[in-house]
Amino acid sequence: MKKKNKEAAPSAKRKVSSFLSIRNLKYEYIRRDEENNVEGITTAVDDVSLDVKEGEFIAILGHNGSGKSTLAKHINAILFPEEGEVILDGMDTKDEEKLLDIRRTAGMVFQNPDNQIIGQVVDEDVAFGPENMGIPTDEIAQRVEESLKTLGMWDYRDSSPNRLSGGQKQRVSIASVIAMHPKCIILDEPTAMLDPRGRYEVIRAARALNEVEGITIILITHYMEEVIHAHRVFVMDKGRVKMEGTPREIFSRVQELKEMRLTVPQVTELAWELKKSGLRIPDGILTREELVKEILKLVSSRTGVSS
Amino acid sequence: MNEYKLIADHLIYEYNKGTAQARKALDDVSFVLRSGEFVGLIGHTGSGKSTLVQHLVALLKPDSGTIYYEGADIFEKDYNRKALRGKVGLVFQYPEYQLFEETVLSEVSYGPKNMGMDKKEAELAAYAAIKRVGLEDECFDQSPFDLSGGQKRRVAIASVLAMKPEILILDEPTAGLDPAGRTELLDMIKELKDKEGITIVLVSHSMDDVAEAADRIIVMDKGKIIYDDEPRAVFTHIEELEAMGLGAPEMSYVLHELKAAGLPVDVNAITLKEAKEEILRALA
Repeated sequence: MKKKNKEAAPSAKRKVSSFLSIRNLKYEYIRRDEENNVEGITTAVDDVSLDVKEGEFIAILGHNGSGKSTLAKHINAILFPEEGEVILDGMDTKDEEKLLDIRRTAGMVFQNPDNQIIGQVVDEDVAFGPENMGIPTDEIAQRVEESLKTLGMWDYRDSSPNRLSGGQKQRVSIASVIAMHPKCIILDEPTAMLDPRGRYEVIRAARALNEVEGITIILITHYMEEVIHAHRVFVMDKGRVKMEGTPREIFSRVQELKEMRLTVPQVTELAWELKKSGLRIPDGILTREELVKEILKLVSSRTGVSS
Repeated sequence: MNEYKLIADHLIYEYNKGTAQARKALDDVSFVLRSGEFVGLIGHTGSGKSTLVQHLVALLKPDSGTIYYEGADIFEKDYNRKALRGKVGLVFQYPEYQLFEETVLSEVSYGPKNMGMDKKEAELAAYAAIKRVGLEDECFDQSPFDLSGGQKRRVAIASVLAMKPEILILDEPTAGLDPAGRTELLDMIKELKDKEGITIVLVSHSMDDVAEAADRIIVMDKGKIIYDDEPRAVFTHIEELEAMGLGAPEMSYVLHELKAAGLPVDVNAITLKEAKEEILRALA
């Protein structure tokens, strides 16, 4: 993506066009040995600039250690930029006074379903966030109900989280974030530990929150199939954004992705392999329906020629 | 008899026995593991896979039924279960969280030392295991905590391999790894089977992974074994697998849809390579 000018336009102005604006962000980890001597420096995020509009569904791909999670942690001020800036909904994440507002605007869901739930009972867990925000009790009850219903977990409101499946636990974690009425949810590999149904449930929930509630979604994942419905995909490699585009544009670049330790959805790869074997199939096939349609086209064009 | 490395014989295990929350995690489970097999164990979260795996290494004792390892009952009072845990190695989920030693070499030699090998023998076993999982010599003296996620997982697998197991059980070994990391790790596991003849049990949530790697698949649901067959045969039951919260490899779905659309393809192909050949054949 093109770098924009560094000149600092007032953030209020930028808010109109861009909900999240990351400018020339750089973040380094200093590695130290046991005696606290500096061993070296790892640049986890290296001069990243990107913009996200409100209501977008964004996916971030990248191999282990590419800087995805470090980048994500900057969005809701878990980490602060060393160089560059992160503006979320008009707020500079370095502005300490805005910390709570920033965390309310962008909530985060992590990988492990077992260490994000603190309540003994599902509805207690969902109420925890709004309680901390000082929301009046009636409204808390209302928010808990709404959030659990949105995630399809209302029937489990009195259950102990221990008795839920991984997918259900992750949906409770998302409900707990939703109850704080965020404009944006960052999901950092939310399905890595889930079985196929759990993965499907979580991704379906994220899409619904985006489509129905208009919540901005930033999804980090290693599962290529999960990003085919995203509006835009960013691919990170060695701390930098190496590709940006629609899923179709990104997944047309099979070879480049493989060189960055990534891959494409299985259907896309099958289409790519068939093309390499001489079939006339376009790049960037994303779904089974598309592939079946293309193959049937080939069949009809062939029978058309022979008859 | 010795063709069977391990026999699970009518295992029953109940959690919270005698309480209102009692739940049968294993409900009459029987199967065999043959020497040198690669078995995929699949089932949704809570289907009983992990409970079963813990029985195989005698971390849990069944309420009834038993397990025979090379013909001997491992739950007999005098059976040497410590030695068993060397022969049947278990790599837990996210094993990198269990690393604790200061260097990779001491981490990996901890297990063999614990099994009673002397220091030199243990370090030789550790050395071979570290090489075996494809880590570079530079790693030996590094702290395991300075390695990347994929490397840490290899160290954890090496720690189990150093005990020279005959059966290696891996619980979701590729979870959280990037696509290339997943492929590399799966290839390494396949090699352990092909080159060293180690029997592999791969617990996985990825139908594509087990379709690609396993000789046989065991499917668990609600504490029971529902299918125990070759991958192709298991994945003909797409609807039943979906009802269990699982599914089939992506390629099965593609071929089923092509067939439904009138293309004469064999729907039993389950890997990408097979699917590609099948489609090219049908179009030829």
